[in-house]
Amino acid sequence: MSLLKVNDLSIVFGGVKAIDTLSFEINSGTIHSIIGPNGAGKTTLFNLITGVYTPTNGTILFDDEGVTGFKPYELAARGMSRTFQNLQIFFNMTAIENVMVGAHLHLNRGFLASFFGLPQIKKGDQYCRETCMELLDFVGLKKYADTDTDSMPYGALKRLEIARALASKPKILLLDEPAAGLNPAESREIDNVIKKVAERGITVVLVEHDMKMVMEISDHILVLDYGRKLTEGTALEVRNNPDVIAAYLGG
Amino acid sequence: MEKLKSPRTGGILVLCAIIAILPAFLSNAFQLEIAILIFFNAIVCIGLNLLIGYGGQISLGHGAFVGLGAYGSAILSMGQGWDPLLAMVIAATFTGALAFVIARPILKLKGHYLAMATLGMGIIISIVINTEDQFTGGPDGMYVDGLSFVTKQIHWYWLIGGLLVFSVWASLNLIHSPIGRALRAVHGSEVAAEVVGVDTTRFKVMIFVVSAVFASVVGSLGVYYSNFVTPNIAGFFHSIELVVMVVFGGMASTFGAVVGAAILTTLPQFLTFLHDYEHLVFGLILMLTMIYLPKGLVPTIAAFFKKGNKS
Repeated sequence: MSLLKVNDLSIVFGGVKAIDTLSFEINSGTIHSIIGPNGAGKTTLFNLITGVYTPTNGTILFDDEGVTGFKPYELAARGMSRTFQNLQIFFNMTAIENVMVGAHLHLNRGFLASFFGLPQIKKGDQYCRETCMELLDFVGLKKYADTDTDSMPYGALKRLEIARALASKPKILLLDEPAAGLNPAESREIDNVIKKVAERGITVVLVEHDMKMVMEISDHILVLDYGRKLTEGTALEVRNNPDVIAAYLGG
Repeated sequence: MEKLKSPRTGGILVLCAIIAILPAFLSNAFQLEIAILIFFNAIVCIGLNLLIGYGGQISLGHGAFVGLGAYGSAILSMGQGWDPLLAMVIAATFTGALAFVIARPILKLKGHYLAMATLGMGIIISIVINTEDQFTGGPDGMYVDGLSFVTKQIHWYWLIGGLLVFSVWASLNLIHSPIGRALRAVHGSEVAAEVVGVDTTRFKVMIFVVSAVFASVVGSLGVYYSNFVTPNIAGFFHSIELVVMVVFGGMASTFGAVVGAAILTTLPQFLTFLHDYEHLVFGLILMLTMIYLPKGLVPTIAAFFKKGNKS
């Protein structure tokens, strides 16, 4: 069943069609990768799907609901979350607090209750802290829980973003180059985390340059070039497609 | 016991103790006056710190909100003969509503542009107060009756001292709630906050309104205390003074806002012996503090002790 459906999507930046009449579907419960050469429009596509950009043309359906032009926080409320290629950590908070912000939608946000520090707020926070601690453990960052994020290593921050996104209890999780800038050992850790996320029944959409990782874990791959769909299919199909080889190697 | 040691509860207890003991050391009405002035400024700074320190937005026009509270109260209680407390509530509601209306367009701006917009807003309000002299008395100001049930200065001390403790408590509650985390997230990364479901605009508007209401209430009580109000209260220099207090004490620290207000309210009094050089030395102290303690007083000291404990 398709969880996300993109139809004839386009966005124009000052005459450049960064995404050009792109259509594809993402089935629920799969790991779906989006690959393509630099500048192919992968991150732009992510920004369109998650509401950071508004498309010039086309529609996006999430869970059978038209969500074109929705704001990111409205999409988050419907079960969509993401991480960023360039880290977007709340550096003014500790690791656990970062994850707790992720749980924002599932907490009591009444102003007066918060202002007067009512017990229900404190109880909710206590519980939230525990579940977020489990998420930190899940991505292997439990020992950093109360560390200020500005003193954590890069690889850990990449996983912290995943934990924060998971705290919003998404149906679909979009990961923008989760392994970029990581060494092979850290890369493998991310690999495992992604697999474990998928095992939880969360649909994963991945933009990644690490081909070994992509080929190994993806159920389905979409190849972009100059904002258009080059091809899509399983890892095997994509790997042997002459257009893909040409786009990557030039030819 | 563990709870008493937490910076939150412990800090409030220390503040209560200081407020309780202080009158014993204040020998005359002037010193008491300074203490009350500190409390007033500290309350505005606590509200402003929520906006600047936690929410990461800037306002160079908060003096105008203090002015709206002050003049709202003055006009309603003297001109219309309303009960002063009712006048205070109505003035605060009006200020909050005005802040709400202008927050949406203003808070779309960032950095320098936001500073400029809030600056402009403050100046407009200040001009209106200066020129609408049939209501406000213009540059001459207005006489205002006080509150009938608080007449002695020491009673004012306890009233505003109590309100300060309440403000600190409420501010800490707010910060340690999902709302507070959302605010700090807006400061940290707006786009990351949005993708986990934080409606950043809503929170920015909310905290702008809250800080404006804090300022307005202080403005109202301030005129009832001093029985007089002049347009200076809504002026540019007052706005800057408030921001400097927050930054000096330490952004994103409620106690920092209180300490900043206390030091910058008293410091000029200690420097009076320098006569003509007073402002020069005052400016120098500010500059040196910001150069050597860029995070502000309280966070720097807190970090120092945190480090000390670990080693």
